[in-house]
Amino acid sequence: MIKVSNLTKKFGSHISLDNVSCEFHKNESIALMGANGAGKTTLIRSILGYYHPNNGEVLIDGRNPIKERVKVLKNISFVPQLPPPIKLSLDELVQYISISANVDKDLISHYADEMQLDIKANLSKSFFKLSGGMKQKMLIAISLAKKSDIIIYDEPTANLDPKARDDFYRLLKQNENEKVLLFVTHRLEEVKELVNRQIYMDLGKVVSDEIV
Amino acid sequence: MKNLFLIAYLDLKESLRAKWFVVYSLVFGGLIALFFIAGVTESQVMGFSGLSRLLLMYIQVTIVILPIFILITTVRSISGDRDNHILEYMLSFPISLRQYYWGKIIGRFITVYIPVIFAMIIAILYGAFKGAQIPWSIFFLYTGLLFALSSAFLGIAFFISSFVKSSEIALGLAFFVWIFLLAFIDIALISLMMQQRFDEQLIIFIAMANPMEIFRVAAISLFDPELTVMGPVAFYILDSMSQSVFVALSIGYPLTLGLIFAYLGFKIFEKKDLV
Repeated sequence: MIKVSNLTKKFGSHISLDNVSCEFHKNESIALMGANGAGKTTLIRSILGYYHPNNGEVLIDGRNPIKERVKVLKNISFVPQLPPPIKLSLDELVQYISISANVDKDLISHYADEMQLDIKANLSKSFFKLSGGMKQKMLIAISLAKKSDIIIYDEPTANLDPKARDDFYRLLKQNENEKVLLFVTHRLEEVKELVNRQIYMDLGKVVSDEIV
Repeated sequence: MKNLFLIAYLDLKESLRAKWFVVYSLVFGGLIALFFIAGVTESQVMGFSGLSRLLLMYIQVTIVILPIFILITTVRSISGDRDNHILEYMLSFPISLRQYYWGKIIGRFITVYIPVIFAMIIAILYGAFKGAQIPWSIFFLYTGLLFALSSAFLGIAFFISSFVKSSEIALGLAFFVWIFLLAFIDIALISLMMQQRFDEQLIIFIAMANPMEIFRVAAISLFDPELTVMGPVAFYILDSMSQSVFVALSIGYPLTLGLIFAYLGFKIFEKKDLV
């Protein structure tokens, strides 16, 4: 599903990804770990087509995420580590997502309810004015409602309280079939129950890749 | 197309809520109100009176503040979204870069153009209410000139926004562009002309390549078709083209310039790392 071949990405003289090759397949839940600066976020951003690699390529279902970004991104959900300060109201954000990605608004509301986020009461509020936890819940609800084959979470539970984390893991369990789940995390214990593969990165290289 | 208009619509809605937009609208609306209160329409200077004089004053002030307003409020459009990771999230949805970029431009154009044109419409309506004669030819010329000037600076702002790494640098660069076109280029050209180092026609050509300068000259060309207030420079302009061709050029050139800069900005946006 995702094929990373000899991927190298440099920022100036700094090598962020150094000839990385790996593949992610259906029904895999992967914990992507490593110290700060190991290259995890660069790898994720390369999968999303944000970076032009210096060498190598990323293919998602055989498609290049830079050249065919619209087709590729139809099948990817992404939740960043820190929710960005989007100035749109929740209503506008939902409108943006439902039109651009053809996501059912009711499904977003459904998953928001499941995450204990009262979306209807906050529809006119600006997204950036919500609390950190509420923002994260909203992004998780969107990621699940999108029904993508690939779901990428960059430290998704950083802003969540224990109850919200349980809700999140429960929903993921219900939605993991036939998908690639990719978690960037520093806390393996939190996703240990969910993952069946662990990848460690260091200095831009994959140093360990284990099926668990 | 639906995504293009979606981006434009959402950018427009977001801008209309922003504090800068309130200030921006108040400045242009306030200018018109101030001119009426100050009795500009009742005064007569160099043969300009009534609404014509008010519109001429409005356009003279607008030429200074409109470019800097557009540059400052727009230059952070993409670089700001990149800085605070909004771009990273918003572009994780299946929107093409073309739709995102041009949608943002359309939304931002409507935002910056509406208050400027709206202030003029208010002036016309109030003038009509007071029984003044409406200078329609001037109104339509200024509508076109403001459209072209807004396009030029919007294009330049998006061009800067597409390649700078931080919004602070974008702001600095925007300010430099504004002051350069507003004053530095004139000072440099006057100095060159005085030293007679270059052919005068070349110097005038360079001056007219400045969208602010061509706007300034075109703005007075309806009152003063012979451009007598400009002295001998008028000879070089009107000797090369008729007054109507000059007016068409003064609208067409900044518009084209804006589109070229916007397009170059898009090519950079497309080729560069997005975050």
